[in-house]
Amino acid sequence: MNPLLFWLFSILMLGFGISVVANRNPVASALSLVVSFFCLAALYVGLDAYFLASIQVVVYAGAVMVLFLFIIMLLDLKAEVRRKFNKLAICGGAVVALGFSAQLLGVLGSHPRGDQPFPALKLAEGETLNDLQKVGETLFSQYTLPFQVIGVLILVATIGVIVISKRELK
Amino acid sequence: MTLTLNHYLLVSGLLFTIGFAGVMLRRNIIIIFMCLELMLNAANLSLVAFSRFNVGADGLPNFDAQVLTFFIITVAAAEVAVGLAIIVALYRARQTTHVEDITSLKF
Repeated sequence: MNPLLFWLFSILMLGFGISVVANRNPVASALSLVVSFFCLAALYVGLDAYFLASIQVVVYAGAVMVLFLFIIMLLDLKAEVRRKFNKLAICGGAVVALGFSAQLLGVLGSHPRGDQPFPALKLAEGETLNDLQKVGETLFSQYTLPFQVIGVLILVATIGVIVISKRELK
Repeated sequence: MTLTLNHYLLVSGLLFTIGFAGVMLRRNIIIIFMCLELMLNAANLSLVAFSRFNVGADGLPNFDAQVLTFFIITVAAAEVAVGLAIIVALYRARQTTHVEDITSLKF
Protein backbone atom coordinates (compact mmCIF):
# COMPACT_ATOMS: atom_id res chain seq x y z
CA MET A 1 0.00 0.00 0.00
CA ASN A 2 1.15 3.47 -0.77
CA PRO A 3 2.38 4.95 2.56
CA LEU A 4 0.80 8.28 1.70
CA LEU A 5 -2.62 6.67 1.31
CA PHE A 6 -2.09 4.68 4.50
CA TRP A 7 -1.38 7.81 6.52
CA LEU A 8 -4.22 9.73 4.88
CA PHE A 9 -6.83 7.10 5.69
CA SER A 10 -5.39 6.32 9.13
CA ILE A 11 -5.46 9.96 10.18
CA LEU A 12 -8.97 10.41 8.76
CA MET A 13 -10.14 7.26 10.57
CA LEU A 14 -8.63 8.30 13.92
CA GLY A 15 -9.82 11.89 13.54
CA PHE A 16 -13.40 10.86 12.90
CA GLY A 17 -13.10 8.32 15.72
CA ILE A 18 -12.22 11.17 18.08
CA SER A 19 -15.15 13.11 16.64
CA VAL A 20 -17.46 10.21 17.59
CA VAL A 21 -16.36 10.59 21.20
CA ALA A 22 -16.24 14.39 21.25
CA ASN A 23 -19.52 15.30 19.53
CA ARG A 24 -22.47 16.23 21.72
CA ASN A 25 -25.05 15.52 19.05
CA PRO A 26 -25.68 11.75 18.64
CA VAL A 27 -26.52 12.10 14.93
CA ALA A 28 -23.18 13.82 14.28
CA SER A 29 -21.44 11.04 16.23
CA ALA A 30 -23.15 8.37 14.14
CA LEU A 31 -22.24 10.07 10.85
CA SER A 32 -18.61 10.43 12.00
CA LEU A 33 -18.62 6.73 12.74
CA VAL A 34 -19.79 6.03 9.16
CA VAL A 35 -16.85 8.01 7.74
CA SER A 36 -14.50 6.24 10.13
CA PHE A 37 -15.75 2.85 8.90
CA PHE A 38 -15.30 3.90 5.25
CA CYS A 39 -11.67 4.84 5.96
CA LEU A 40 -11.19 1.48 7.66
CA ALA A 41 -12.56 -0.21 4.52
CA ALA A 42 -9.97 1.74 2.50
CA LEU A 43 -7.24 0.39 4.79
CA TYR A 44 -8.59 -3.14 4.17
CA VAL A 45 -8.28 -2.54 0.40
CA GLY A 46 -4.68 -1.50 0.99
CA LEU A 47 -4.13 -4.80 2.81
CA ASP A 48 -5.52 -6.75 -0.21
CA ALA A 49 -8.63 -7.85 1.73
CA TYR A 50 -11.16 -6.75 -0.89
CA PHE A 51 -13.95 -9.04 0.33
CA LEU A 52 -13.69 -7.75 3.89
CA ALA A 53 -13.59 -4.17 2.62
CA SER A 54 -16.87 -4.64 0.77
CA ILE A 55 -18.40 -6.43 3.79
CA GLN A 56 -17.24 -3.56 5.98
CA VAL A 57 -19.01 -1.04 3.75
CA VAL A 58 -22.19 -3.07 3.28
CA VAL A 59 -22.65 -4.45 6.81
CA TYR A 60 -21.07 -1.80 9.03
CA ALA A 61 -21.33 1.48 7.16
CA GLY A 62 -24.63 0.37 5.65
CA ALA A 63 -26.78 -1.89 7.82
CA VAL A 64 -25.42 -1.32 11.33
CA MET A 65 -25.18 2.45 11.04
CA VAL A 66 -28.65 2.73 9.51
CA LEU A 67 -29.89 0.83 12.56
CA PHE A 68 -28.07 3.26 14.87
CA LEU A 69 -29.46 6.32 13.08
CA PHE A 70 -32.93 4.75 13.05
CA ILE A 71 -32.85 4.26 16.82
CA ILE A 72 -31.44 7.74 17.45
CA MET A 73 -34.24 9.29 15.42
CA LEU A 74 -36.86 6.96 16.92
CA LEU A 75 -35.90 7.99 20.45
CA ASP A 76 -35.63 11.60 19.26
CA LEU A 77 -32.37 12.23 21.09
CA LYS A 78 -31.35 15.87 21.26
CA ALA A 79 -27.85 17.19 21.69
CA GLU A 80 -26.76 16.53 25.21
CA VAL A 81 -27.12 19.32 27.69
CA ARG A 82 -23.91 20.29 29.37
CA ARG A 83 -23.74 18.40 32.62
CA LYS A 84 -21.34 18.62 35.45
CA PHE A 85 -18.40 16.49 34.43
CA ASN A 86 -17.66 13.52 36.55
CA LYS A 87 -14.03 14.23 37.47
CA LEU A 88 -13.36 10.68 38.54
CA ALA A 89 -14.51 9.28 35.19
CA ILE A 90 -12.40 11.79 33.21
CA CYS A 91 -9.30 11.12 35.28
CA GLY A 92 -9.87 7.37 35.09
CA GLY A 93 -10.45 7.49 31.33
CA ALA A 94 -7.36 9.61 30.70
CA VAL A 95 -5.14 7.46 32.93
CA VAL A 96 -6.30 4.19 31.36
CA ALA A 97 -6.06 5.54 27.80
CA LEU A 98 -2.57 6.98 28.33
CA GLY A 99 -1.44 3.85 30.16
CA PHE A 100 -2.70 1.68 27.35
CA SER A 101 -0.97 3.82 24.71
CA ALA A 102 2.32 3.70 26.61
CA GLN A 103 2.01 -0.06 27.01
CA LEU A 104 1.26 -0.36 23.28
CA LEU A 105 4.37 1.62 22.31
CA GLY A 106 6.46 -0.52 24.65
CA VAL A 107 5.17 -3.77 23.18
CA LEU A 108 5.54 -2.58 19.58
CA GLY A 109 9.11 -1.45 20.27
CA SER A 110 10.14 -4.90 21.50
CA HIS A 111 8.09 -6.92 19.00
CA PRO A 112 10.70 -8.88 16.98
CA ARG A 113 8.69 -9.33 13.79
CA GLY A 114 7.10 -5.91 13.82
CA ASP A 115 9.72 -4.30 11.58
CA GLN A 116 9.22 -6.56 8.60
CA PRO A 117 8.30 -4.62 5.48
CA PHE A 118 5.25 -5.39 3.36
CA PRO A 119 5.77 -8.96 2.02
CA ALA A 120 5.14 -9.41 -1.68
CA LEU A 121 2.49 -11.87 -2.83
CA LYS A 122 3.61 -14.64 -5.16
CA LEU A 123 1.09 -14.73 -7.96
CA ALA A 124 1.35 -16.37 -11.37
CA GLU A 125 1.96 -14.17 -14.40
CA GLY A 126 -1.10 -12.03 -15.18
CA GLU A 127 -3.05 -13.39 -12.20
CA THR A 128 -4.72 -11.19 -9.61
CA LEU A 129 -5.45 -12.07 -5.99
CA ASN A 130 -8.86 -13.78 -5.81
CA ASP A 131 -9.41 -13.34 -2.10
CA LEU A 132 -13.17 -13.92 -2.20
CA GLN A 133 -12.64 -17.46 -3.53
CA LYS A 134 -9.91 -18.16 -0.96
CA VAL A 135 -11.97 -16.85 1.96
CA GLY A 136 -14.93 -18.90 0.77
CA GLU A 137 -12.83 -22.06 0.47
CA THR A 138 -11.42 -21.57 3.97
CA LEU A 139 -14.85 -20.77 5.40
CA PHE A 140 -16.62 -23.77 3.92
CA SER A 141 -13.85 -26.35 4.41
CA GLN A 142 -12.04 -25.65 7.67
CA TYR A 143 -14.66 -23.53 9.40
CA THR A 144 -17.96 -25.16 8.44
CA LEU A 145 -19.04 -25.85 12.03
CA PRO A 146 -18.34 -22.30 13.31
CA PHE A 147 -20.20 -20.98 10.26
CA GLN A 148 -23.30 -23.00 11.20
CA VAL A 149 -23.00 -21.95 14.84
CA ILE A 150 -22.94 -18.32 13.67
CA GLY A 151 -26.15 -19.01 11.74
CA VAL A 152 -27.81 -20.31 14.91
CA LEU A 153 -26.49 -17.28 16.80
CA ILE A 154 -28.14 -14.91 14.34
CA LEU A 155 -31.40 -16.84 14.61
CA VAL A 156 -31.25 -16.58 18.41
CA ALA A 157 -30.50 -12.86 18.17
CA THR A 158 -33.47 -12.34 15.84
CA ILE A 159 -35.84 -14.17 18.17
CA GLY A 160 -34.39 -12.33 21.16
CA VAL A 161 -34.97 -8.94 19.52
CA ILE A 162 -38.58 -9.85 18.76
CA VAL A 163 -39.17 -10.98 22.34
CA ILE A 164 -37.53 -7.85 23.82
CA SER A 165 -39.47 -5.56 21.50
CA LYS A 166 -42.86 -6.92 22.51
CA ARG A 167 -44.95 -4.31 24.16
CA GLU A 168 -45.16 -5.99 27.52
CA LEU A 169 -42.58 -8.32 28.93
CA LYS A 170 -44.18 -11.06 30.95
CA MET B 1 9.68 5.08 4.09
CA THR B 2 8.13 1.64 3.94
CA LEU B 3 5.11 0.47 5.86
CA THR B 4 5.68 -2.20 8.47
CA LEU B 5 3.39 -4.33 10.60
CA ASN B 6 4.01 -1.99 13.53
CA HIS B 7 2.36 0.91 11.72
CA TYR B 8 -0.87 -1.02 11.35
CA LEU B 9 -0.75 -2.29 14.93
CA LEU B 10 -0.13 1.25 16.18
CA VAL B 11 -3.13 2.65 14.27
CA SER B 12 -5.27 -0.26 15.47
CA GLY B 13 -4.17 0.30 19.07
CA LEU B 14 -4.91 4.02 18.86
CA LEU B 15 -8.39 3.31 17.47
CA PHE B 16 -8.97 0.88 20.35
CA THR B 17 -7.81 3.53 22.83
CA ILE B 18 -10.21 6.11 21.36
CA GLY B 19 -13.09 3.65 21.69
CA PHE B 20 -12.07 2.75 25.23
CA ALA B 21 -11.79 6.38 26.30
CA GLY B 22 -15.24 6.96 24.80
CA VAL B 23 -16.72 4.13 26.84
CA MET B 24 -15.18 5.57 30.01
CA LEU B 25 -16.02 9.23 29.35
CA ARG B 26 -19.40 9.36 27.62
CA ARG B 27 -22.66 9.05 29.53
CA ASN B 28 -25.05 8.51 26.63
CA ILE B 29 -25.66 4.80 26.27
CA ILE B 30 -25.94 4.94 22.46
CA ILE B 31 -22.58 6.71 22.13
CA ILE B 32 -21.07 4.11 24.47
CA PHE B 33 -22.41 1.46 22.13
CA MET B 34 -20.83 3.17 19.11
CA CYS B 35 -17.50 3.28 20.93
CA LEU B 36 -17.79 -0.48 21.51
CA GLU B 37 -18.11 -0.85 17.72
CA LEU B 38 -14.93 1.21 17.30
CA MET B 39 -13.08 -1.18 19.60
CA LEU B 40 -14.32 -4.22 17.67
CA ASN B 41 -13.14 -2.63 14.42
CA ALA B 42 -9.72 -1.93 15.90
CA ALA B 43 -9.36 -5.65 16.63
CA ASN B 44 -10.47 -6.42 13.06
CA LEU B 45 -7.85 -4.08 11.60
CA SER B 46 -5.02 -5.78 13.49
CA LEU B 47 -6.31 -9.21 12.41
CA VAL B 48 -6.35 -8.21 8.74
CA ALA B 49 -2.88 -6.69 9.08
CA PHE B 50 -1.56 -9.94 10.61
CA SER B 51 -3.20 -11.86 7.77
CA ARG B 52 -1.50 -9.75 5.08
CA PHE B 53 1.92 -9.75 6.73
CA ASN B 54 1.89 -13.53 7.31
CA VAL B 55 2.36 -14.70 3.72
CA GLY B 56 2.45 -18.48 3.63
CA ALA B 57 4.44 -20.90 1.47
CA ASP B 58 1.91 -20.57 -1.36
CA GLY B 59 2.60 -16.84 -1.57
CA LEU B 60 -0.88 -15.83 -0.42
CA PRO B 61 -2.03 -14.08 2.76
CA ASN B 62 -3.21 -16.16 5.70
CA PHE B 63 -6.94 -16.42 5.13
CA ASP B 64 -7.75 -17.88 8.58
CA ALA B 65 -7.50 -14.39 10.06
CA GLN B 66 -9.83 -12.99 7.41
CA VAL B 67 -12.41 -15.69 8.19
CA LEU B 68 -12.12 -14.78 11.88
CA THR B 69 -12.71 -11.13 10.96
CA PHE B 70 -15.77 -12.19 8.98
CA PHE B 71 -17.11 -13.98 12.07
CA ILE B 72 -16.42 -10.93 14.24
CA ILE B 73 -18.37 -8.70 11.84
CA THR B 74 -21.30 -11.16 11.90
CA VAL B 75 -21.34 -11.36 15.69
CA ALA B 76 -21.08 -7.57 15.92
CA ALA B 77 -24.13 -7.19 13.68
CA ALA B 78 -26.15 -9.56 15.90
CA GLU B 79 -24.86 -7.75 18.99
CA VAL B 80 -25.96 -4.37 17.62
CA ALA B 81 -29.47 -5.67 16.92
CA VAL B 82 -29.89 -7.08 20.44
CA GLY B 83 -28.21 -4.12 22.14
CA LEU B 84 -30.35 -1.53 20.39
CA ALA B 85 -33.50 -3.51 21.21
CA ILE B 86 -32.46 -3.46 24.87
CA ILE B 87 -31.82 0.30 24.67
CA VAL B 88 -35.29 0.86 23.18
CA ALA B 89 -36.87 -1.27 25.92
CA LEU B 90 -34.90 0.70 28.52
CA TYR B 91 -36.05 3.99 27.02
CA ARG B 92 -39.66 2.85 27.11
CA ALA B 93 -39.36 1.92 30.79
CA ARG B 94 -37.30 4.88 32.02
CA GLN B 95 -37.50 7.63 29.31
CA THR B 96 -33.75 8.16 29.42
CA THR B 97 -30.56 7.03 27.70
CA HIS B 98 -28.26 8.50 30.31
CA VAL B 99 -26.33 5.94 32.31
CA GLU B 100 -26.27 8.24 35.35
CA ASP B 101 -30.08 8.28 35.50
CA ILE B 102 -30.28 4.49 35.71
CA THR B 103 -29.34 3.64 39.26
CA SER B 104 -31.84 1.00 40.33
CA LEU B 105 -29.12 -1.61 40.75
CA LYS B 106 -26.68 0.74 42.47
CA PHE B 107 -25.66 -0.41 45.91
